[in-house]
Amino acid sequence: MSEQNTNLSEYIPDVPEHNGFTKVVLELGVANHPGVMSHICGLFARRAFNVEGILCMPVGSGETSRIWLLIFEDERLSKMIKQVEKLEDVLYVKQHAGEHPVFGRLDEFFQ
Amino acid sequence: MYQMTGADLIVKLLERQGINTIAGVPGGAALPMYDALSKSEQIHHVLCRHEQGAGFIAQGMARVSGRPEVCLASSGPGATNLITAIADAKLDSIPMIALTGQVPLSMIGTDAFQEVDTYGLTIPITKHNFLVRSAKELLTAVPSAFRIAMSDRPGPVLIDVPKDVQNQMVSFEEFPDVVVPDAAPSFDIAAIEEAARMIEVAERPVLYLGGGVIHSGAAHMAVTLAEQASLPTTMTLMALGAMPMDHPLSLGMLGMHGARYTNYVLEEADLLICVGARFDDRAIGKTAEFCPNAKIIHIDIDRSELHKVKNAHVAIAGDVGQVLSELLPRVKPQLRKRWLSHVESLKGRFPLAMPGVDNPRSPYGLIHAVANCLDDSAIITSDVGQHQMWVAQAYPFRRSRQWLNSGGLGTMGFGFPAAIGAALAAPDRTVVCFSGDGSLKMNIQEMATAAQENVNVKIVLMNNQSLGLVHQQQNLFYGKRIMASRYERPTDFLKIADGFGMRAVDLDPAPNPRATLAEALNTPGPCLIHATIDPNEFVYPMVPPGAANSEMIG
Repeated sequence: MSEQNTNLSEYIPDVPEHNGFTKVVLELGVANHPGVMSHICGLFARRAFNVEGILCMPVGSGETSRIWLLIFEDERLSKMIKQVEKLEDVLYVKQHAGEHPVFGRLDEFFQ
Repeated sequence: MYQMTGADLIVKLLERQGINTIAGVPGGAALPMYDALSKSEQIHHVLCRHEQGAGFIAQGMARVSGRPEVCLASSGPGATNLITAIADAKLDSIPMIALTGQVPLSMIGTDAFQEVDTYGLTIPITKHNFLVRSAKELLTAVPSAFRIAMSDRPGPVLIDVPKDVQNQMVSFEEFPDVVVPDAAPSFDIAAIEEAARMIEVAERPVLYLGGGVIHSGAAHMAVTLAEQASLPTTMTLMALGAMPMDHPLSLGMLGMHGARYTNYVLEEADLLICVGARFDDRAIGKTAEFCPNAKIIHIDIDRSELHKVKNAHVAIAGDVGQVLSELLPRVKPQLRKRWLSHVESLKGRFPLAMPGVDNPRSPYGLIHAVANCLDDSAIITSDVGQHQMWVAQAYPFRRSRQWLNSGGLGTMGFGFPAAIGAALAAPDRTVVCFSGDGSLKMNIQEMATAAQENVNVKIVLMNNQSLGLVHQQQNLFYGKRIMASRYERPTDFLKIADGFGMRAVDLDPAPNPRATLAEALNTPGPCLIHATIDPNEFVYPMVPPGAANSEMIG
């Protein structure tokens, strides 16, 4: 490639590194119907945002569900939460520390 | 007490929402809805030749009317053919309702004939979507779809309706209320006051308007803000027309194909006031080098856009019109003679070059010749490619919703069906679609629809027998290795138009192309206006993809 060509060649920005090690737990209140999980997981998958654990159960009469997500924090977390909050079926999002006990007692099922 | 089928209920709910025109293509799983439509005296169904055409016709209507419009397709291939138009509406925040038929509930998941997971496929390209599992659910799903499509940041909503749900009888006491948009989010007045202070103390401020200004109907307020505070104003591709291009404060379009002076002005800015725009890569180039010395005020109704690409010093989540109406009385009038005269000198030294502007057989000249035949009431659409950028640079847009184009998704094939939709929504206006030979072929079958509906749409076809922007990039960035961007065999577009029953005129042999053009544009009804252009005409200036806006070539 000529010198001039090098100067003009297309520049593509590097993929930013997202190596987070701090765990975060997200609590989501959602409408309970088929497809809600796909909406949420799709947002994370598209951005290659690693979800380490998922728990979901209906709440009360079953109109709504609660989803618990265990994720590694990285610089995109606040942007990610804003995207999740935009989903029509997501009623609220709360952020908890990684030591939140919800995932704590599940270890025995993953031996 | 009302009793009817799900399909009849859908049609009644659409009627109550004020829908008068639907674009669609029927098929097995949509037949009950079509049967219900046959009984509607309010809704005119436009039979399209391809579902993507139907999607873009609905978009064209919505982009002109500013309210949700409806397209309709059957299951399987009908739904997949709609997908491009839905994704396009998502990226440009266009309110649209896509209705699709689906195989009966009991057959979902069995790989039934013409079954596809429409719901799953459309999750990432809709604002929201529904798979309706009972006719009763339609009473909430259809109004919700309209509410979601037009509230906050608008967008497309899909409703997938299995055939047995369309046929199911439903009884109910009252029709749901006609829905209106949700109230916009409230915002903090302290942030508005801080923004006003920043505008006051800034020495080199620039106003940066995006499509949100159009959606919010706030163009006049944006122009007032610019005039009051003497703000040079640039517009994204989606916002062209928000400020008249001939306004003394207008810098025209920024970004990849913006004028040199526009990008230079932005580079010098010490304050950027971003209103309803989202710092798209085609607009800002390399993020870190965009407005490197500027503080940023960002106003957008979508909270997730704030701080997404560039961190804002003041971020206001609110409806652009409401925010501007609070901001305007707090902004002190200023003259800013020094900054404006500097901007003027940059404009004088680095203007947009428009070679051939006096020659109607060249791209810029043809665009100006078309503009000279029209007034501001005309609607201009474009396809995607070189012609789109030339029009964006050179057409004298002067009002909101005058310019319809596929900004975010960049869909070739958008322009012509969108023009048909625009003409259906505004039958008293002339609609001109600038297209290229590559783009036009992607939805050329809608010529039959245009002829059938006798819409006042003129296609101005810039034919370079190429995929021009690909050809340009291969020339500039791939060592002139031209691969798959030239059409070896010419296409006789005049014969094609004739075959579809659409009038066609050719400017090439015309001794007086301006006169031929004027006659064609001023004769009601659909018409193809063909003009050959040179495939070696490139769009300049150009920021190489990923480079900083200051690194323009050409």
